[in-house]
Amino acid sequence: MKTRVPLVLLGLAALGLPFVLHEVYYQRVAALVVLAAISASAWNLVGGYAGQVSVGHAMFFGSGAYGALLAYTVLGWPPIAGAPFGIAAALLLAVVVGLPTFRLQGHYFSMATIAAAELIAIAVGNWKLVGGAAGLMGPAAPRSIADLSFRSPLPYYYIFLLVLTILLLITARIERSRLGFYLRAIRGGERAARSLGVPAVRTKLAALLVSAGFTALAGSLYAVMIGFVDPESGLGLLVSVQMVIIAALGGAGTLWGPLIGAATLIPLEETTNAFFGGSGTGATFVVYGAIIVLISRFLPGGIAELWQLVRSRRRLRAA
Amino acid sequence: MILVQLVADGLLLGAVYALLSSGLTLIWGMMNVVNFAHGDFVMLAMYIAFVAVTFLHVGPAVFVPLAALMLFGLGVGVYFALIRHVMRGPMLAQILSTFGLGILLRYMVFWVFSANFVSLPNRMAGGVLAIAGLRLQDSRLLAGLMALLLTVGLHLMLTRTAFGSRLLAVAEDRTAAMLVGIRPDAMQALAWGIGAACAGVAGALIALFFYISPLVGDSLVLIAFVTVCLGGFGSIPGALVAGLAIGVIESLSAWFIGAAWQDVVVFALFLLALWLRPQGLMGKA
Repeated sequence: MKTRVPLVLLGLAALGLPFVLHEVYYQRVAALVVLAAISASAWNLVGGYAGQVSVGHAMFFGSGAYGALLAYTVLGWPPIAGAPFGIAAALLLAVVVGLPTFRLQGHYFSMATIAAAELIAIAVGNWKLVGGAAGLMGPAAPRSIADLSFRSPLPYYYIFLLVLTILLLITARIERSRLGFYLRAIRGGERAARSLGVPAVRTKLAALLVSAGFTALAGSLYAVMIGFVDPESGLGLLVSVQMVIIAALGGAGTLWGPLIGAATLIPLEETTNAFFGGSGTGATFVVYGAIIVLISRFLPGGIAELWQLVRSRRRLRAA
Repeated sequence: MILVQLVADGLLLGAVYALLSSGLTLIWGMMNVVNFAHGDFVMLAMYIAFVAVTFLHVGPAVFVPLAALMLFGLGVGVYFALIRHVMRGPMLAQILSTFGLGILLRYMVFWVFSANFVSLPNRMAGGVLAIAGLRLQDSRLLAGLMALLLTVGLHLMLTRTAFGSRLLAVAEDRTAAMLVGIRPDAMQALAWGIGAACAGVAGALIALFFYISPLVGDSLVLIAFVTVCLGGFGSIPGALVAGLAIGVIESLSAWFIGAAWQDVVVFALFLLALWLRPQGLMGKA
């Protein structure tokens, strides 16, 4: 039970964070960190644990975001009511894209997922019904509480936190289950895993379905909070890459890696933005790029590796 | 007649794609590293051409070799400063490092030149050559033919010279290459230099007829990825065939379906091809 103490402390800290960060700006950043942690954790199930580096998860994120805003623009529903449709579309996509591409190894898989996502992004950009290149807008003013349109970032922060907690619980559960062992076996060597009787395709598909569902939910939540989505912000290559970068930065294939990555990268992005006066100058991304390069150069296993380094040193000293 | 014209245009563009992808496939095949910054290398070369033309008032005879040389230096530098250290790490660290590098380059250019689209003045190879009823823009003709020549030259260098054998030896088996006195580090650095130089020449050539912006590399690198996957990792003849095919497909689909859909057709065919042949059209199983 001793190991539970840090967890409880972390949970309390997350719940109490807004009481320390009074300014709306910081609360907004905190909400964005949690949102980024959701999509990166969802990606982590396939990209981290199973080692299938998808660079096309934007298609699931976009399904969620478009599902939410289409429910509003077409049916006049509150955006969040469109989330189930977005998730359903993402699950369908996961099967359609996953089954043929799971036969591909290593970089081929990454490239196929990029192509699939890019194809969808271009198609949506040329499709008037779903907003085309201009994108879709959410309700301009909240019509009822169901629109989940709040001025303060706090409600979003707590909603996102709830979803992240559920996702992390599921991930922790998978980690210790048979599925988790299968996934890691596949990452270690798919052929060897198969030869020992691991049903590789079924295992990968199961992980992809959970992953796609939560990525889509993150997309819906994003659309609800921001109230706008276009092919670039919902389905663009950078959306996929950000999930990869955040998970890899924190430590892919670890439970806490994506959270660490999001808590590092998003505030960094916001700080440099504030420091250089908006993202208009590009200086933000120079810093962003430089830090990504430096971390991959000196900590190839992600920031989580730092912790393991410290721990093993301590163990060595104790011995 | 229009069909012949479209195919000719497609082949010229495809030759540039082939050269662009040759650089990527060389690095990919030699050390199994995907350079996500390759498109940004191309973009950098386009700006080198732009700066050379605007401030030094020189023509392609100067700025193409200049871009090749500068990008060669960049490639070697990147290898020693970054790639050598992440190569042995997990695949994710490689993706992270080259993607970070791409973002860094892209926004450094953005910072200096802003997001505005620029282009080279039209008088630079702005004529039109008419042969046998075909009308070919001088700029595209020059770019296509030079790219074709260089791609074939690169292939000959890899297969017919002692230097090429040394490069391939390192790709085949690093340890065995060391045993016969080849320094893998030097060879891999040269491969990065050559790969980046290919991007450099391709970028300088594309600048002759294409707009220049900090984000232009994005769409080009996706085409290059598709080309390399179709051609098989490390195969320059594969990249050549796939590049030409993609050029023609783009040209035809832009005419028959619409320019906005040309990439959709390419990506869809790519996915179909991967589904049928998971190891690439010419790749080894």
